[in-house]
Amino acid sequence: MKPALFLAGILLCAIAPWIIPNSQVLLTIALSKGLAVLGVIVLLQAGQVSFGHALFYAIAAYGTAFLGKYFGGGELFLAMAIGTISAALAGLLVGLFVVRYRHIFFGMLNLSVSMIFFSILEKFYFITGGSDGLRVERPSVLGIAMERGPFEVVLFYVALVCAVLAMILIHRFLSSPLGNHLRAIKSNEVRLEYLGVSPRLVLLKGYIVSAALCGLGGSLMAVTLGVVTPEYAWWVRSGEFVFIAILGGSGSVGGAFVGALVYEGVRTYASAFAADVWQLILGGVLLVVILFAPKGLIGFIKQRKASNLRPRSSKSAAGEALSK
Amino acid sequence: MNAQILALALFDGLSYAALVFMVAVGLTLIFGVLRVLNVAHGSFFAMGAYTTASVGSAIFAAGFAPWLAFPLMAVSAILIGVLVGGTVEKLLLSRIYEMEDVLQILVTFAVFMMLEDVQRLIWGVQPLFESTAVNLLGTIEVFGIVYTKYQLLFLPAVAASVLILLRLGLRHTLTGHLILAVTEDREAAISIGIDAQKVYLVTFIVGASLAAFGGALASATTSVIPGMGADMIVLSFAVVATAGFGQIEGAAIAAVLIGLGRSFAVYFYPELEVLMPYLIMFVVLLIRPNGLFAPVEARKI
Amino acid sequence: MTDQVMMDVQGLEIRFGGVVAAAGINFQIYEGRNLAIIGPNGAGKTTFLNMCTGYLKPHAGKIIYEGEDVAGIGPRKLVKKGVARAFQIPQLFAEHSVRENILMAVAAASGYEAPLTRLEDISGASEADRILEMLKCSNLAERPVQELPEGQRKLIDIGVALALKPRLLFLDEPTSGVASTEKFAILEIIAEALEEENVTSVFVEHDEGIVERFADEVAVWNRGEVLYRGTPQDILTHPDVIRDVMGGHV
Repeated sequence: MKPALFLAGILLCAIAPWIIPNSQVLLTIALSKGLAVLGVIVLLQAGQVSFGHALFYAIAAYGTAFLGKYFGGGELFLAMAIGTISAALAGLLVGLFVVRYRHIFFGMLNLSVSMIFFSILEKFYFITGGSDGLRVERPSVLGIAMERGPFEVVLFYVALVCAVLAMILIHRFLSSPLGNHLRAIKSNEVRLEYLGVSPRLVLLKGYIVSAALCGLGGSLMAVTLGVVTPEYAWWVRSGEFVFIAILGGSGSVGGAFVGALVYEGVRTYASAFAADVWQLILGGVLLVVILFAPKGLIGFIKQRKASNLRPRSSKSAAGEALSK
Repeated sequence: MNAQILALALFDGLSYAALVFMVAVGLTLIFGVLRVLNVAHGSFFAMGAYTTASVGSAIFAAGFAPWLAFPLMAVSAILIGVLVGGTVEKLLLSRIYEMEDVLQILVTFAVFMMLEDVQRLIWGVQPLFESTAVNLLGTIEVFGIVYTKYQLLFLPAVAASVLILLRLGLRHTLTGHLILAVTEDREAAISIGIDAQKVYLVTFIVGASLAAFGGALASATTSVIPGMGADMIVLSFAVVATAGFGQIEGAAIAAVLIGLGRSFAVYFYPELEVLMPYLIMFVVLLIRPNGLFAPVEARKI
Repeated sequence: MTDQVMMDVQGLEIRFGGVVAAAGINFQIYEGRNLAIIGPNGAGKTTFLNMCTGYLKPHAGKIIYEGEDVAGIGPRKLVKKGVARAFQIPQLFAEHSVRENILMAVAAASGYEAPLTRLEDISGASEADRILEMLKCSNLAERPVQELPEGQRKLIDIGVALALKPRLLFLDEPTSGVASTEKFAILEIIAEALEEENVTSVFVEHDEGIVERFADEVAVWNRGEVLYRGTPQDILTHPDVIRDVMGGHV
């Protein structure tokens, strides 16, 4: 993405709560989900889709809730750090197992691990509060206890900063040799081995990064909503992350947030004005995107711009003779 | 642990396995031929259940003979399979066979989401319950346990017949040969003039009808509620993955394994009920990464 | 040319079902001698390459390299020891450009970089350009590999292998799929590059003209066995070779 466009997008997002009434919490939610979606996008680079990443989202969310429960509200940045780290650790553990698998098995195993966690959350109610979940105490921010209003403002900007940092770092990560090797898992694992690189180790590193991102998103979500429930780990939630990734465009880090903003927007308005059919609408949107803009909204914008600005790169050069 | 509880768990497990198998076998068949993991499969199950329960309630209230419950199940299943399944394949799936598998799964996920709302629009959110078929067959006493004949005898018998018919159909009919040919080697099958599109459509309709039939059968034993499709799809995924994708007989064995695992968990470790299928799948895949019955694939360079 | 044995293959055996792809092969690869392997399809040549590069584990036998048995240790470890491979069907990263493909190999071979260094900024980045130059492919650097014709893809595939700084390189049919008019030109480029990089090569080849022109030594393969071995002149005119392997005509 062009730096100017990137900056404009961030700026627009930063002032949006002042322009669109009552949009602040919605935007915070979208940014939190966007972080998790970015995690899913990291794995999509390797051609692997996880239908269980809500697991890491939920682990961090519950971690945040426990912190608040046992340490009197806790501290926002500590909660985020603990959420992210616990998700990354869980990512290491689950990753050690699932990186041996690819494609549908990879997706399914992720799903099953998240379902196991989901049912633990539901059944061990004396710890987790069962299906009612746990209330998340409002944490202090750098030691300052805040009222709800100002806290939400702070939270929004914290989420925005996290999103921006995550985009920059992940963009760099994907441009690094490791990131490129991760993408190579999608196109040619045999060659990767013949480069002396372990695809499993590369995928494991990517997996931990993606779990950490989901964790960060999950902790933010927990403090934003003020409640955590097993629904955080529900497989449909994982599917939603993948959905948003494809909606926004899995090929770029900006897609995660564009997708999440559009998704949350559509979802909020659809569930307000067409509560009975909002899934119908979302499903329809997803179908249209996949069938007509498989590179997502970001890809769609890029493609339009590219075809406007310059003629399509000619492929005739591909035929030129080799010996010269 | 007494014998009666053991027997109860066994019966529950078997009748449940029969239902899961109906859904899983359709899923694995579709995957084997179309190479698409159909998330919307759970919706066919739910819609089969809803159709059977709602039509059943209506006609029995109007005084039709109770035995009609059985043909009604088959009719509902085929209706859903052809109308909904056929439409989904024709309109959507046929456009995505060349896409990455991630996108294919998501297309079926989108269909699943949409069908969830469609069900809510048609049938509402109130539970439906229609058990004429179960009542008609009555009960049987085994080891001192009174159990419905429908669950203990009829469901497993139907599942077994479906398994046998499917295998015979694949081995001995022209359509079966075409399906097997496409499963074996898509390119080769197309190159000798097999109309793969048609094979896909037929397979999808058969698979969807089986799932809907599973739902129709289930509707007599349980309340039909929103979300039942979602539960079923994850479970049948677990069955299919445990067996190995595309394994029909394997799906039957895995269904029994998982069905029993689940029902024993219900009686002995209720906390593990939801966990059990995944634990089984987990352990199996740990030992055999492609599932119990999948042949080991040689990597090619 | 030296008489230094680089890789010593002892009693190598492998079967696939009932098919014997290697029936107790004893074979030495000498440092600095470019060795051509010829033989009919199904003779077990690619299988031999798969074993020598660690991809396949033989059922019996040893592959001694640098004083240790490397049979079945996997391509990853062998690459680190200086054994690389180019493929019959080029194995490239389809979503990357030519230069990125080479750079990824350079990055894999060159160890530590500061975290989040861009691929194009790694310390060995100029190495990629040198290799492309050497293969006369500099003009293709920014092109997606998917767009290239087979012959160029094969060259890039070899470039990727060379970027790993191997001492020993296995090439599986480097000119198959290349138009016959271009075969010599391509192999000329490859041979020069191997020379310049001081790499010993073992290549599977069908074209006798190419073998004659580029090999220092030829091994004739059939049914999992080495039937003959010698200089190209001796082997290619050997009446038994002509009869058994080339179907009676040269």
